[in-house]
Amino acid sequence: MREATRDPTWLSAGLIGLAVLIALVVLVLPLAAVFTEALRRGWEPAWEAITDPDAISAMYLTLLVAAIAVPVNTIGGIAGAWAVARCDFPGRRLLVTLIELPFSVSPVISGLVYVLLFGAQGYFGPWLQAHDIQILFALPGLVLATIFVTFPFVARTLIPLMQEQGQAEEEAALTLGANTAQILWHVTLPKIRWALLAGILLCNARAMGEFGAVAVVSGHIRGETNTMPLHVEILYNEYQFVGAFAVAALLALLGLVTLGAKTALELLSRQRMGGHA
Amino acid sequence: MSTAPLLRRPFLRRQALPGRGLALGVTLMWLGGFILIPLAALALRPWEKGLPAIWEVLTEPRVLAGFRLSFGASALAALIAAPLGLLLAWVITRYRFPGRRSLDALIDLPFALPTAVAGLAMTAIFANNGWVGSLLEGWFGWKIAFTPAGVVVALVFVSLPFIARTVEPVLRDLPREAEEAAATLGATRLQTIRRVVLPALLPALITGFGLGFARAVGEYGSVIFIAGNMPMVSEILPLLIVVKLEQFDYAGAAAIGLAMLLAAFLILLALNLLQHGLRRGRP
Repeated sequence: MREATRDPTWLSAGLIGLAVLIALVVLVLPLAAVFTEALRRGWEPAWEAITDPDAISAMYLTLLVAAIAVPVNTIGGIAGAWAVARCDFPGRRLLVTLIELPFSVSPVISGLVYVLLFGAQGYFGPWLQAHDIQILFALPGLVLATIFVTFPFVARTLIPLMQEQGQAEEEAALTLGANTAQILWHVTLPKIRWALLAGILLCNARAMGEFGAVAVVSGHIRGETNTMPLHVEILYNEYQFVGAFAVAALLALLGLVTLGAKTALELLSRQRMGGHA
Repeated sequence: MSTAPLLRRPFLRRQALPGRGLALGVTLMWLGGFILIPLAALALRPWEKGLPAIWEVLTEPRVLAGFRLSFGASALAALIAAPLGLLLAWVITRYRFPGRRSLDALIDLPFALPTAVAGLAMTAIFANNGWVGSLLEGWFGWKIAFTPAGVVVALVFVSLPFIARTVEPVLRDLPREAEEAAATLGATRLQTIRRVVLPALLPALITGFGLGFARAVGEYGSVIFIAGNMPMVSEILPLLIVVKLEQFDYAGAAAIGLAMLLAAFLILLALNLLQHGLRRGRP
């Protein structure tokens, strides 16, 4: 049927083999290295590193930062996607570009901009100092930097989907007397829930794993402003390699779970639409 | 006369759906507060001591070396990642084989793995006692970790999924008819791939290269562990921003940041124009 465009077996087999080899070396090997290094001296030192009070407080801080940053970007992302895909106004293209802008900004710059605003010599630094408000080297700074780097995730997964779905059902609900909140809750959100969940998952994974942006605003105060990735760096710089890799392995698991959940969600939404892979 | 209907058309058309004011209001507050105002600070800060001061920072030998390393290593890494990403995209879209889905999911790993973890892992593998590093050093005498080569290796990992994921949808939607036509006209399979498939993929490859390159230029976490961070040799630009901040040189840090963003923007613009030219040039 498709004989003419079928690759010869030697070619396809060779290419598949090469691709698998590349994936093993470039992608799987680093992952394997993290777990091997973490368990180099058995489970006990790894467990000790993870249950160390400083590590626990880093985990707590990481969860707290994500628990604030992710909802902010979820609400903003839904509003942004609604504005772009369901409303008509001049400059929609520009709005999409601006929403995606943080992806092309270096994480270090994402932290730097908040230092320029709130640092000791920043624009609002003296005022904050006079009023004894701590933003940098404290929770608010970590949250702000995290919001910056994870800003586009939710909006970006929703916008193409909502544009593709169209708004006929929302209009039907409107003619039947539904108000804005009812339309959003009963019509739009059920239509986008899997994509929304995938966007939130990716946003969360990046929020918990972010390094560069929070490194700039954290001040590295052990047990106070250290998130998990920063704790990994401190342990590594102190030559506590097993500890560093043990905490890193925990973060790698977070990435793997996110990847698995995202793949499952994609399969789920594909089945819902009646199509197949 | 002819402009009259245009003038009568209202600036904002009547909306079928409610909620525009609320959605736009929330979006603009979110965008303005968290992104635009902070970026405005970055755009304003470097100028406080005037243009000569900016020039002085940007032409410091250490900063110039940083520019060369960051942009050079990123371009090289994206060039290496381009054929690898193309191969991965080709294999998962064109062939059916056991493990295809796992391979497909695995491509996103660099997106999902925290950058510090990736950096640590690369360092462990490519150090002179690591799995790959010991082999390379034993066989060829190459040192990867703690040299500029290490920076390139880390950036290949970072930019690979951008290229694979940009090429993949184009490859999937490529009409088979063109390939069939080439085959009926007597082209061998390899000729078809080289003359028909690859030119059609070139714009997507360039876009993917640009995305991977832009991400690589800004990358921090995956690089600083493996780079060794030797002044003038293996210091990337984001690290130099951190160094300036540690010296409380806000204006200097902002100058490097702004220059980095502008340079990356200009390169992306050039790639966009190149791609536009390629599209125009094709029938």
